[in-house]
Amino acid sequence: MLDDRDRQLLEHVQQGLPVCPKPYAEIGAALAMSEAEVIERLTRLKQKGLIKRMGVIVKHQELGYRANAMIVWNVPDNLVKQLGGHISRFAFVTLCYQRPRQAEWPYNLYCMIHGKDRATVLAQLEQLNIACGLTGFDREILFSRRCFKQRGAIYQRESGFSRENRG
Amino acid sequence: MDEIDRRIINTLQDGFPICDTPYRQVAMQLGLTEQELIDRLQAFLDNDTLTRFGPLYHAELMGGALTLAAVKAPPERFAEITGIINAFPEVAHNYARNHALNMWFVIATETPEQIQRTITAIEQQTGLTVYNMPKINEYFVRLKLEA
Repeated sequence: MLDDRDRQLLEHVQQGLPVCPKPYAEIGAALAMSEAEVIERLTRLKQKGLIKRMGVIVKHQELGYRANAMIVWNVPDNLVKQLGGHISRFAFVTLCYQRPRQAEWPYNLYCMIHGKDRATVLAQLEQLNIACGLTGFDREILFSRRCFKQRGAIYQRESGFSRENRG
Repeated sequence: MDEIDRRIINTLQDGFPICDTPYRQVAMQLGLTEQELIDRLQAFLDNDTLTRFGPLYHAELMGGALTLAAVKAPPERFAEITGIINAFPEVAHNYARNHALNMWFVIATETPEQIQRTITAIEQQTGLTVYNMPKINEYFVRLKLEA
């Protein structure tokens, strides 16, 4: 699926795109590839879904998103897909997953809401509960108190998928 | 941050073109000059408004593995447990949350097998049970925060 030149490219661009008029030419110059080859390979990697998205990754706090809530529900297994699909259509929902229940932790549907403050997040959650018919299910709201660590996952060519501690 | 900055961030969260003059294309869409867009974007990167400008990879398609995990850290051991967990290079994010399960973290590894090894090591070093909640399904979201 990936050849060596794809891997070389993925490893190089993960640090960020050059901020100059011809960024893909600059990447190519560093890797002895033509600009056309860089564009062709990145386009293909994006079409295949290995690159989920190209663009900016924002810092929540810097944009004033100080309230971050993880909401978990215990819903019947046969409704998870339908409810997850419905929840994820709301613009203020930033993540939505089905996860396995655990002993003493019966929740199977998770979503994240990033908001400017708690009151806004709770109002959005209320909107979600009503619109998706979630009011009858057990749920918990876990607001974050502190972020101790945030870094991107890092790709390395030799080992496939790797990581680097950026603190 | 002014109105133009906000529009730039909102537009670039939706994506960035892969073509020979991508900044010019985005600048035209925003009614800016290419140089103005480049200068403002460089300023965001210099002043740390953005985590990153570039590609977001699909961890599982890359052969890697991710999971969400949590522990119940006793309040008197909270700092100690934080230190132990954050010291693992496999731990990508770690958040304190208001619940008995009060520490939630993402583990990212090169292979699926290393997830379990990391969990076992965290359990041994902390003496706590690690709740492991890998995703079963992901529902598509827009992943965008309005600036």
